[in-house]
Amino acid sequence: MNMIDNAFSVHEKALGVRSQRMELLSRNIANADTPNYKAVDVDFKEVLKNTQDSALQTTHSNHLTQGADSTASGVKFRVPFNVAFDGNTVELPVEQAKFGQYAAEYQTTLSILESRISGIRKALRGD
Amino acid sequence: MALDNLFNIAGSALNAQTARMNATASNLANAGAVAASDKDAFRAKRTVFKTIMEELGSTTSANTGGVKVSGISDDPKPIARMSDPGNPSADKDGYVYLSNVNEMTEMVEMMAAARSYQNNVEVVNTARQLMMRTLDIIKS
Repeated sequence: MNMIDNAFSVHEKALGVRSQRMELLSRNIANADTPNYKAVDVDFKEVLKNTQDSALQTTHSNHLTQGADSTASGVKFRVPFNVAFDGNTVELPVEQAKFGQYAAEYQTTLSILESRISGIRKALRGD
Repeated sequence: MALDNLFNIAGSALNAQTARMNATASNLANAGAVAASDKDAFRAKRTVFKTIMEELGSTTSANTGGVKVSGISDDPKPIARMSDPGNPSADKDGYVYLSNVNEMTEMVEMMAAARSYQNNVEVVNTARQLMMRTLDIIKS
């Protein structure tokens, strides 16, 4: 299994973080008209770093494992260009642009995983 | 999985925007209504949106972070009255009370709601495509 773990390396984690980031953006878009809603986003670099560095090493069966929710620390409020009259900080054009960017990045990670999987398959098949 | 929630969140927004469009349609339909007193006159309805928050002590709901209609408020604009003694609903001084609906405002509101609706439909589409691609990963 070690070979497969290494093959996916950081990309498996990245896919999770990227999909959570998409969720946050969809919240922003859904709340574009909600008074006093503050737009949020995740610091991708920070969250991905957290998933790798601070993962607790468990050397004994009684050791506690770290919770799966690693994004909580990296969620930050967006700094808006203009605040709306009702206190809402969602700027739809910004959110749409980001949403497009994140969707593309998600697909990039998917493509990398796809190529890794097809590589492993090729090696297993041996033809 | 986070991509699942996209559908719920965008779905809740579609629902809220539909309620907003319904209110606007109702306002437009009642724009010409007259009443016998200031109290009975039709007032434009506005939906108030609220973010769906995680409730304390309960498990995370699927549409946490989505939006819901928390209430409907009346437009506080004053009601105008018009002298129309021939109108069956006129009061004893011959006045009828008009609605405070402004058609222009309602049209703009309708367009804003429609745009927000389209945005959320786009979110659903993108989420669906990404999910399908994620499923296809095992085929590669």
